[in-house]
Amino acid sequence: MMISQFFVLSQRGDNIVFRDYRAEVPKGSTETFFRKVKFWKEDGNAEAPPIFNVDGVNYFHVKVVGLYFVATTRVNVSPSLVLELLQRIARVIKDYLGVLNEDSFRKNFVLVYELLDEVVDFGYVQTTSTEVLKSYVFNEPIVVAPTRLQPIDPAAIFTQGAKRMPGTAVTKSVVANEPGGRRREEIFVDIIEKISVTFSSSGYILTSEIDGTIQMKSYLSGNPEIRLALNEDLNIGRGGRSVYDYRSSSGSGVILDDCNFHESVRLDSFDSDRTLSLVPPDGEFPVMNYRMTQEFKPPFHVNTLIEEAGRLKAEVIIKIRAEFPSDIIANTVTIQMPLPNYTSRASFELEAGAAGQKTDFKESTKMLEWNLKKIVGGAEHTLRAKLTFSQEFHGNITKEAGPVSMTFTIPMYNVSKLQVKYLQIAKKSSSYNPYRWVRYVTQANSYVARI
Amino acid sequence: MSPPAASQRYPSPSQPSGKSEVTDLKTQLRQLAGSRAPGVDDSKRDLYKKVISYMTIGIDVSSVFGEMVMCSATSDIVLKKMCYLYVGNYAKGNPDLSLLTINFLQRDCKDEDPMIRGLALRSLCSLRVPNLVEYLVGPLGSGLKDNNSYVRTIAVTGVLKLYHISASTCIDADFPATLKSLMLHDSDSQVVANCLSALQEIWSLEASHSEEACREKESLLSKPLIYYFLNRIKEFNEWAQCLILELAVKYVPSDSNDIFDIMNLLEDRLQHANGAVVLATVKVFLQLTLSMTDVHQQVYERIKSPLLTLVSSGSPEQSYAILSHLHLLVVRAPFIFASDYKHFYCQYNEPSYVKKLKLEMLTAVANESNTYEIVTELCEYAANVDIAIARESIRAVGKIALQQYDVNAIVDRLLQFLEMEKDYVTAETLVLVKDLLRKYPQWSHDCISVVGGISSKNVQEPKAKAALIWMLGEYAQDMSDAPYILENMIENWEEEHSAEVRLHLLTAAMKCFFKRPPETQKALGIALAAGMADFHQDVHDRALFYYRVLQHDVHVAERVVSPPKQAVSVFADTQSSEIKDRIFDEFNSLSVIYQKPSYMFTDKEHRGPFEFSDELGSIPITPEASSDIVPAQQFEANDKDLLLSTDEKDDNKGLSSNNGSAYTAPSYESSSSISSQMQELAISGPATSSTTPQSSFGFDDLLGLGLSSAPAPTPSPPLLKLNPRAALDPGAFQQKWRQLPLSLTQEFSVNPQGIAALTVPQSLIKHMQSHSIHCIASGGQSPNFKFFFFAQKESEPSTYLAECIINSSSAKAQVKVKADEQSTSQAFTTVFETALSKFGMP
Repeated sequence: MMISQFFVLSQRGDNIVFRDYRAEVPKGSTETFFRKVKFWKEDGNAEAPPIFNVDGVNYFHVKVVGLYFVATTRVNVSPSLVLELLQRIARVIKDYLGVLNEDSFRKNFVLVYELLDEVVDFGYVQTTSTEVLKSYVFNEPIVVAPTRLQPIDPAAIFTQGAKRMPGTAVTKSVVANEPGGRRREEIFVDIIEKISVTFSSSGYILTSEIDGTIQMKSYLSGNPEIRLALNEDLNIGRGGRSVYDYRSSSGSGVILDDCNFHESVRLDSFDSDRTLSLVPPDGEFPVMNYRMTQEFKPPFHVNTLIEEAGRLKAEVIIKIRAEFPSDIIANTVTIQMPLPNYTSRASFELEAGAAGQKTDFKESTKMLEWNLKKIVGGAEHTLRAKLTFSQEFHGNITKEAGPVSMTFTIPMYNVSKLQVKYLQIAKKSSSYNPYRWVRYVTQANSYVARI
Repeated sequence: MSPPAASQRYPSPSQPSGKSEVTDLKTQLRQLAGSRAPGVDDSKRDLYKKVISYMTIGIDVSSVFGEMVMCSATSDIVLKKMCYLYVGNYAKGNPDLSLLTINFLQRDCKDEDPMIRGLALRSLCSLRVPNLVEYLVGPLGSGLKDNNSYVRTIAVTGVLKLYHISASTCIDADFPATLKSLMLHDSDSQVVANCLSALQEIWSLEASHSEEACREKESLLSKPLIYYFLNRIKEFNEWAQCLILELAVKYVPSDSNDIFDIMNLLEDRLQHANGAVVLATVKVFLQLTLSMTDVHQQVYERIKSPLLTLVSSGSPEQSYAILSHLHLLVVRAPFIFASDYKHFYCQYNEPSYVKKLKLEMLTAVANESNTYEIVTELCEYAANVDIAIARESIRAVGKIALQQYDVNAIVDRLLQFLEMEKDYVTAETLVLVKDLLRKYPQWSHDCISVVGGISSKNVQEPKAKAALIWMLGEYAQDMSDAPYILENMIENWEEEHSAEVRLHLLTAAMKCFFKRPPETQKALGIALAAGMADFHQDVHDRALFYYRVLQHDVHVAERVVSPPKQAVSVFADTQSSEIKDRIFDEFNSLSVIYQKPSYMFTDKEHRGPFEFSDELGSIPITPEASSDIVPAQQFEANDKDLLLSTDEKDDNKGLSSNNGSAYTAPSYESSSSISSQMQELAISGPATSSTTPQSSFGFDDLLGLGLSSAPAPTPSPPLLKLNPRAALDPGAFQQKWRQLPLSLTQEFSVNPQGIAALTVPQSLIKHMQSHSIHCIASGGQSPNFKFFFFAQKESEPSTYLAECIINSSSAKAQVKVKADEQSTSQAFTTVFETALSKFGMP
């Protein structure tokens, strides 16, 4: 059950922190790891799996904001345990540093060592609770301005574009004090849904799934109890196989296939009134993860046509329609489509008056790319592309191109209709009224339309 | 005092530039050492930070050890922490200097701030310098008694560290006993959890030479203790919960109520957001119910949903770990997951290692009702941009075709692949069509017409080329231009780099020649000539052999090279069911990720708590021990109930029903052969045989060694006489037990005297030995005892193996016999029965 070493490497392979807990693994493990990951060739896979074995040493890694979080061990441990631990270490460090990136790491490595000393002792995990760790950490974090590196979590979009949310929230350290002295009392609840949809070539839905998380981040002092009420018509378990109470059969209501909860969540009244109660620990954590395959209305409808237009020419038409209310705006929409191998050129034609749109043909990967800064609910956009081929094609051109895939983020919208009805904070006094933020966001996980 | 310039960011240990900076630091530290000026702590902090940052990037800063220690007289806790970190890193390499640190660390261990006491104690124990251990005992002793739980938590782990530096010091100070009492009485859950992990580690290692440690280790699995932990599992943090669950896996429940009690206690752990907790719980459920077919199946149904949720809620890395376990379960019980196939569809943005697992799962769950949809989906992937995945997908279609009864539609799909005219698609498909034809020759007409249309110029990959050539040879009569295509290829013999392809060319030319001699004669002549001149030994030999056999008699040649073929019914599985079972036993470990049992990738001392044989791993058997003391070795038999893996597709039904018959006993008390039962054998053995030193072997010994029998075959005597000095090492036993089929299963009654004498199981071992039947392993607790015996013929190295399960309450002995010579196994069983019947008689 124990790990031997923990280290963090930059994208270039530099050690950022390195901690050897048991002195069982020979020197040079960081180089061995980096070489293996960089030049992975085994089993025809292009990328190294998160776990591999070199000379009897097992290497585990997760990639967070472009950094490698790595653990080694010689023991036949539980792989989930180690990967979960690495992910958790990243989260704890982020809780303390506010922003997680190479720069903040380098500036705060002493604090990180403090954390690592308490998280793991002699290879055994002691605690990963941001709350508990607070009493062991004495270094003040040196706050680093957030960069435009990959955000660690989907809720970070609230700091990027939309101005309706306080930008400091997700980049605030749990220990650092605000410039003004007193900390602001506030709590964030984010309902993040990643959706996966596959459309068949004729446009009907082949598979669809929502993977949701209710994520919480509390900056409330004194750890008050919180009650979180979800939809009353929420049902869990399908097909009556579940051990849970299964009420209405189908039709109305939100039906989750399954869900799991954070340790701190008490479900005493969940069965009767769909309320979760908990005393939120410090730092960011998922209150509940859920999975849903119940049918839902996909936010975008995609229509693609590829047609021959002469001996060495073809035309592609991609049409997308936003199927959500007009007060909702999707942002950072990207549409990609692999084109036939022998495509040598693509010229694009956007609709008249198109703004905030970009098109590109990536020669090396033969990839068509269409970016839209934002799409307002109900809108429809079309892209026409004329392709030129370097050789004549035979057979079916639709077999040589596609599928069309889409990525997007839609703030303040969720497809599952799962809702936080209210967020109740046990009151300390009548004047105590902390800020409560309940935010929804929908993201594409795998959104694919076959042609 | 400015930091060293640019080189700070990318220095490497080999760069000499690091040196001057270290010297610099040394001077600066020395200046600060004695200073009591205000603000000196801040300057120290900066310098310390620099030292630690050098240490991190691999620059050797051990030369400032003295200065660091000199500066450590401070009340600043941040400074202290950095100093501890530094000292811990370099103490081992500087034992003399380390002595300097002992003083201030010991003083800090008595500080009034519990934080400092704890930190100092942790550093003291992390020095890893053997000759300093005498300084550890005192502080550790008081640390364990400290009124602050933080200090106690650290002290407990400190004991484990001490054990690794000097086991005898740790044992002599009686620390394990202190830990045990802390584990049972401490109010802090982390102290308790650390006691448990420390004791598990210490007693496992001690068990090799101390019976007491064996007993202690086994006592961790006693019912009261298990329930002590399970009843309050929610008081522990998620990581400690995993530890407790891993312990519970090894617990052998007393009856089915016990099983249900535990499952009810743990039911809500399946809803935990931490995948490690869920998987550990799943393992407990799976292992507990192995002997209860219905419940076991219900467990599969129950765990499906939580696992699928974990797959889709975590990071890609976490999903991968969970998915690997799901993969194992799906392959083991595909019918339970048959309706969930859509969950295993690949998403375009998944990493290829995830896609690969999913493709295998789709292959496994394909059955009559879902094949059409699965194959349709797989065909989509065949056009994937990721070529490796496209290939895997085509292979998956092929595998499904080979495992289905109605392949009609699939053959059409495969043939459509050929029309895609992508080189790698064509290549993969050709290989599949070849395998398909070997299993279903009736499809030859459909396939051949399409394959015949492929231009051999478009086929470059050796495997695909070989497949095409094989088909050309095999179906030469149906493909009109087969001889000419072959001739063409033979003319380019020199350019053919793959020996495999050249070998196939030779054989195909021969086959074609037998079917269409006039058209092929010339090509065959060229091929044989080229083959005999080939530099590759195998090609040369095959050509020469063909040439000679043709010279000898053409008809004989045809019978040798191109005999009528029978369709292949089953292609060999890559992994034996034994191996699969071992991986299943090691659920929730790396074995599942690597799809290999742990002995294949770990050295003995690092197997971890999952390896059942681990506890026995380190005991060497000495020649003396085997001469006057009965060697009793315990190991896990791999004859577990294969209830889930066999029925659907496996062809080893015979084997499994043999195994099954031994374990039809309805209640858990009977010796059902689940691995946890074997675990009991392993652990409770010492208690029942406290007078006999346990001799055991690690699994790699068991598997790695060959047979040790002497090679002196002489004619077998008519009467079965056994060799009183027979020797068989456990490795060979284990290997044989796996390889040999079951010859006989028989049940005997044991006479009452024998049952009485069985209170000391060793007496049976001695008794059987006096009849030249030697025990190699034993274990169990009243009323169930299990023994593994072996014997050899007196005059030749023909071996008999027997498993004997004696139930002392029913007075029955069940014996399974395996033998090198099947024909004499009955004779051996008679000898065995006679010997057993005399047990307990004066």
